[in-house]
Amino acid sequence: MDRRKTLKLMVAGSAATGLVLTGCESPKTSSDAGQSKVDLENDLGYGRTDEELVRDKALVKESFFSDHDLATITVLADIILPADGDHPSASNAGVVEFIDFMALDRPTFQVPLSGGLRWLDHESSVRFNKVFKDASADQQIAIVDDIAYPEDAKPEMSQGVKFFSTMRDLVLTGYFTSKPGLEDLGFMGNVPNVWDGVPQEVLDKHNLAYDEKTLKECVDQSTRNEIMDWSDYKL
Amino acid sequence: MFQIKEQAKKYDVLIVGSGAGGGMSAQILAEAGLKVALLEAGPNFDPADPETQTQMKWPYESPRRGASTDTRSFGDFDMAYGGWQINGEPYTRKGNSEFDWFRSRMVGGRTNHWGRISLRFGPLDFKRKDHDGKGDNWPIGYDDVAPYYDRVDKMVGVYGTRENIPNEPDGYFLPPPKPRLHEMYLKKDLKKIGIPVIAARKSVLTKKLNNKRGVCFYCQQCNRTCTAYADFSSSSVLVQPALETGNVDLYVNAMVREVLTDDNGKATGVSYVDRVEMKEYSVKAKVVVLAASACSSARILLNSKSEKYPNGLANSSGLVGKYLHDSTGASRSAILPHLMDRIRYNEDGVRGIHVYTPWWLNDKKDLDFTRGYHIEYGGGMNVPLYGFGMGMEKKNGLVPGPDGKKKKAGGYGLDLKEDVKRFWGAGIGFAGRGESIPQKDNYCEIDPNVVDKYGIPVLRFNYNWTDDEINQAKHMQDTFEEIIHTMGGIPMGEKPGKESNYGLEAPGRIIHEVGTTRMGHNSKDSVTNSFGQTHDVDNLFVMDGGVFVSQADKNPTWTILALAMRSSEYLIDELKKMSI
Repeated sequence: MDRRKTLKLMVAGSAATGLVLTGCESPKTSSDAGQSKVDLENDLGYGRTDEELVRDKALVKESFFSDHDLATITVLADIILPADGDHPSASNAGVVEFIDFMALDRPTFQVPLSGGLRWLDHESSVRFNKVFKDASADQQIAIVDDIAYPEDAKPEMSQGVKFFSTMRDLVLTGYFTSKPGLEDLGFMGNVPNVWDGVPQEVLDKHNLAYDEKTLKECVDQSTRNEIMDWSDYKL
Repeated sequence: MFQIKEQAKKYDVLIVGSGAGGGMSAQILAEAGLKVALLEAGPNFDPADPETQTQMKWPYESPRRGASTDTRSFGDFDMAYGGWQINGEPYTRKGNSEFDWFRSRMVGGRTNHWGRISLRFGPLDFKRKDHDGKGDNWPIGYDDVAPYYDRVDKMVGVYGTRENIPNEPDGYFLPPPKPRLHEMYLKKDLKKIGIPVIAARKSVLTKKLNNKRGVCFYCQQCNRTCTAYADFSSSSVLVQPALETGNVDLYVNAMVREVLTDDNGKATGVSYVDRVEMKEYSVKAKVVVLAASACSSARILLNSKSEKYPNGLANSSGLVGKYLHDSTGASRSAILPHLMDRIRYNEDGVRGIHVYTPWWLNDKKDLDFTRGYHIEYGGGMNVPLYGFGMGMEKKNGLVPGPDGKKKKAGGYGLDLKEDVKRFWGAGIGFAGRGESIPQKDNYCEIDPNVVDKYGIPVLRFNYNWTDDEINQAKHMQDTFEEIIHTMGGIPMGEKPGKESNYGLEAPGRIIHEVGTTRMGHNSKDSVTNSFGQTHDVDNLFVMDGGVFVSQADKNPTWTILALAMRSSEYLIDELKKMSI
């Protein structure tokens, strides 16, 4: 890790430590907690405690990886999930920024990822006399093919396989939790709605039907806004 | 100078903790016109406050996509301020024993994020010793608690169906939501092997209960607490109405150090540390109610030492902290190949289960374990959060591709992307939640060497499972495998074996810890009477899970609520009679 990054990490680390001392978990800004210098405006868009705000705001400003490593991650991410007709590549869906954030958020990623990138550059240099990101597309794929299939990979590739599996995990999670990734998946939830059972075409496809008992017992959604009346209810 | 500032106002009742027990007690006592001080160790919290809201946020609004952190153990959107560890508030373990303790510091406590599974204990559950000879009976039976369960149902709201199963008492249920696709398969397939699947029982409003609370809008995010108050959180459902009576003063960030007593040994109030100001205060009341959670209430009692009570308050039995027990838990997952390539629709529904399996083998005598478990099922086309798509190399080599041929596990490219889409909604999960046998040797005590940052001595845990729980977990794993086989599924991972206690979770992990101030007939066998009144100090009560003699395989919250209601009304009567 270069000196610039080390300094950045130290800054992030000290911000987090300072917070521990004040120990304030109030979700609201508290003026008397010795935090007047810390900006507690929540611009993250979802509920955070003060402790979380301070940490997250510091992390999102930081970068863990060097420019070289970020470029390599971009190449790998787009090999794992390239663009298709309707949807962007992983890097264009924000996956590289996500992986960079996770390396700061979960320090246990730092050595496996930066070490894995180094392993990749070493492997590429030995084979092609170029670091991975500067190798040709065919050369990159030649290496990826050796580490992308755990059950078929040669034993001497095992560390590369492990690294690629971690990258695949992060790229898939990063992509499918992004806005375009959710659309690509066909996710239709996270909106207020009225659940009234599995759609008929799906039931038909699976040769299933709600039996009469279930239909009678389950909520009649046309009455959902009526106040429950137990007057005829027998235990 | 170290100074304890006394709050000027004196109360009828002081309640420590604003979760299920404390919230219920505050509501009942305030409605009756008593002046109440409600102390909460965390900040104020209102599920409807947009400032703190995480409900209905998108995965990408979190830079970590909802992953867990040290401050949100169950993910970035989960509504619990605390977790398995809290900065500056350690706990310790004795020897090699395991116990994990989940705390949530906020008004409403852990009810803001809990699973909302709301099961009544059955007649057997109060008298298990009569049935199997192990543990102890409760001093009360189902009939004593049933009227309170009835009232909790109507007051708080729970959906379910009347099934007339002997040890799974029915209640005043709201109608349940319809099963999802994988739940339809469970209902159909498990009939073949005699495992019942019935509507879940959860405190989520599928119909209106009153004009103050909204109706469920099916976002599957009860763990983020409901801005429409359509699920049970003590903050919105109990504490707010209690405050609206005008009879309750809420003290937030009030970390209670000890219960104060006078020369006669009566409780006079508590002292606490303001967690923000780091200053010491005391509040006085005629009656003190501890509802800080089983272990926190035990900790307060054990730390309330005086000349008269050298072993801690209300502890002449020596049982405060003893008989700590949690539910057992073990799990497994599988892929259902016939649920691949699903037609897309919004399948969020209610958070978690629409159906479940109650314990079905009460009458089977040849099992090599004593108590039962229920099964909760996971599945569906859920929102992708951190972790989604991970481990594809363990899945995509298991089933034929669209061309009918098996492919190499792992991979990359558009083919891999297609695999992720094919597998979405094809997974199914099984979680057993069982009853353990309370043991005197499983306990929390005060660590002689460690204090938290407020200078309060912390808890040290000692807990070991017995063969009863381990063999029960084995039965869970065998059952899960039988279910997976029956459904035509592909089990994921290796079946947990003996070396891992069959996947039995460490004690504490199910967050149903109870029993540390057990109720009973006298101070030889118990800490409180059946109303949570301590045998030793008549104006000191416990109204949380601490009073449980045994935790059935049912989740504890509904029973905590019913008992807190019962105890609070007893307390009102005693005050009227001037007998405390």
